[in-house]
Amino acid sequence: MALLERQGESAATIEDRFTRVDDESALPASGGILVSLPRFQADREALLAREGELGVWLASNESPRDFEKADLGKFALVALDFPTFADGRGYSSARILKERFQFKGEIRAVGDVLLEQLPFMLRSGFTTFETEESGFLEGFKAVVSEVRVVYQPTGDGRATAIDQRLSRG
Amino acid sequence: MGQVVIASRLSDGIVVFLAKASAESVEWALQLEDAEVAADDARANEMLGFGEADIASRNKVMDPYLIDVEEQGGQLRPTKYREAIRCFGPTIRTDLGKQAEGPEA
Amino acid sequence: MYHYDEYDHALVQDRVAQFRRQVERRIAGELTEEQFRPLRLMNGLYLQLHAYMLRVAIPYGTLNSPQMRKLAYIARRYDKGYGHFTTRQNLQYNWPKLEETPDILAELAEVEMHAIQTSGNCIRNTTSDQYAGAAKGEIEDPRVWCEIIRQWSTLHPEFSFLPRKFKIAVTGCDDDRAAVKVHDIGLIMKRGEGGEAGFEVIVGGGLGRTAFIGKTIRDFLGKEDLLSYLEAILRTYNQLGRRDNKYKARIKVTVHETGIEEFRNLVEEEWRAIKDSSLKLPKEEIDRIAKHFEPPAFRVLEDEAPDVDARMKSDPGFAAWVHHNCVDHKIAGYEIANISLKPVGQPPGDATADQMDAVADLAEEFSFGELRVTHSQNLVLPHVERAQLPALYDKLAKHALASPNVGLLSDIICCPGLDYCALANARSIPIATRITERFASQERLDMIGEMQIKISGCINACGHHHVGHIGILGVDRKGEEHYQIQLGGDASENAALGKILGRGFSADEVVDIVEKIVDIYLEIREDGERFIDTYRRVGQSPFKEKVYGTA
Repeated sequence: MALLERQGESAATIEDRFTRVDDESALPASGGILVSLPRFQADREALLAREGELGVWLASNESPRDFEKADLGKFALVALDFPTFADGRGYSSARILKERFQFKGEIRAVGDVLLEQLPFMLRSGFTTFETEESGFLEGFKAVVSEVRVVYQPTGDGRATAIDQRLSRG
Repeated sequence: MGQVVIASRLSDGIVVFLAKASAESVEWALQLEDAEVAADDARANEMLGFGEADIASRNKVMDPYLIDVEEQGGQLRPTKYREAIRCFGPTIRTDLGKQAEGPEA
Repeated sequence: MYHYDEYDHALVQDRVAQFRRQVERRIAGELTEEQFRPLRLMNGLYLQLHAYMLRVAIPYGTLNSPQMRKLAYIARRYDKGYGHFTTRQNLQYNWPKLEETPDILAELAEVEMHAIQTSGNCIRNTTSDQYAGAAKGEIEDPRVWCEIIRQWSTLHPEFSFLPRKFKIAVTGCDDDRAAVKVHDIGLIMKRGEGGEAGFEVIVGGGLGRTAFIGKTIRDFLGKEDLLSYLEAILRTYNQLGRRDNKYKARIKVTVHETGIEEFRNLVEEEWRAIKDSSLKLPKEEIDRIAKHFEPPAFRVLEDEAPDVDARMKSDPGFAAWVHHNCVDHKIAGYEIANISLKPVGQPPGDATADQMDAVADLAEEFSFGELRVTHSQNLVLPHVERAQLPALYDKLAKHALASPNVGLLSDIICCPGLDYCALANARSIPIATRITERFASQERLDMIGEMQIKISGCINACGHHHVGHIGILGVDRKGEEHYQIQLGGDASENAALGKILGRGFSADEVVDIVEKIVDIYLEIREDGERFIDTYRRVGQSPFKEKVYGTA
């Protein structure tokens, strides 16, 4: 399992600053932690008061709409799960986080994260990728720059075909 | 009367049949008449296992499964009509598919 | 019609290169079949019973002559000399090689075509009225909006892994030839209170295992808001649609289970948040695309064509063809000419490479180089001078393309069925060909009048059997092909789903039963009634009694 962070047009392997804490375990005294949505909802006060960075893990049937918007500003990480690559709910969640709620922290793709889905993930606002696929890092650059034109405006700031047509006049 | 392993060739999707299968070597054939017919379930499942192992190691074929066949007028035929269409070709275009080709096709 | 600019070209070319790399990874064993399947499906490549199948998009059913020639060339060079026009304005090749599909896609890109999103759980080819731009009573050419949707939906990052496939249809006028009420989203162009053009938005229609007529989610939507509203519907569906059961994953089930009121509230709430985002269409872009769909240089003509009338009097074959296959054009002196791909005894929708080339030539000679593909698996020359109809007819006849049966009983819609399709439970094409053989007499067809028979080889309903006047569904019953019959379906603006008549029939029986149903109709119809009118008047009972006896 590797954790990769997008850095411009390529990517680098990074250390995971967050320890996954399951719903029954005690909270570690310090350091970044990643908890489930039910755990966050059950222990909200304690988690927000705690020292150290907080990340929340959303299953694919959970939504950023399940948070108070004010709480979201206190998260350093939201991890969105892909139970299989074919479950595309995470793309909507990422866009809502980034574009609707202006979330500035790390948006991490976890679960069945594959190279061929990477362009869609980047366009939707994901910044880090936890993957088991070998060759993900090596393939990153080629896959990202493979299709030069985008038609849809998303929060990734890329100029769409319409933007380019208009600016060309 | 027996079972045959049917699959699709990766390069063009054409239907193939397991012709020879052992731990040492696996061969696929294009015509049902060249398929090995397993007389019992034990051999059928063994053949399927060899076929799957060959797919994993050589990556030339995909989607193998067992079908029932019987002999009719000296010719092998699948017992299910779906598999018969796979083995011989579209019934409304008898100029196409395996029914229109020789064993070398 | 639309022509790619540098951006459209770049995207399609890059996509071809991307697929070439994906195919190489598959052949090298770096991708398993399970990983590769969704990637090939997003490029329209299936694995069927005998071989791969490549589904090429014909966006909103519009083609020009060079594109049709390219389709013919590909059929000859990479396939077995023919192609199959589908019920969704696509073309399918039944024998392409995996290794050659990147080359086929590169050939298509040369003529501004592709196979992107012709399969998979994504937004599919947007379909439209085959008479767009030629039909009377059109508010605007709907293809402008189809092209805008095509671009927005192409490689949409958020909507490429939806719960299930997603189909959008657009019609520009009240006569619905695009079956908008049985699509995931249907758009009907209409005028708002101030006379401005916009859309009625319909959601949650569909055929398949559970069929629903779509419901209106918004009475009127301004044109500039089209994409933000579509995005709001898709986002709501992407999050809410069921992923636990593929038979309940289409938006029709989401809308049904959520209720249209609640679904509307969710969509409208989402829409309010994104309505004024950069999805709002700039007028310059709408105008740019609309310019591509400006009408061709029609001549000023008399509506009358005495030579045509004389030929009709002397040649009943020609008269039947004009009567059934030609439709009034919005411009005086022009006709819309349908080319039937339903000759007696042949697979519905199949065309040989030679026929495709011939049609491409005829389009250039008679119809400004423009062609259409219909969801009833026929072709159309949209702009033919009425005076030229005899010349066109004679040339069509040379290529076995002059069957005068559009809208008649032998104009059967039919999926490929078990002769090709890995999902099918029974064959459908042989049923269609046997029905056309039974009803080969033109006199008899004329006497029966308008009749739509639609045949599907499985419950996925690619043959639209639910909306056939007579719908036939093939099933597997204890290892035998078996056929259920439904009556009273309708795909038009009066959309209705057919009702199952009773127990099904064997392949041997089914053609006799169809004939029996037709005979009952002829016996009890009143003056001027079409089959569907008679059925609506009398219901199922008379048919049921005669078909099953007194039971």
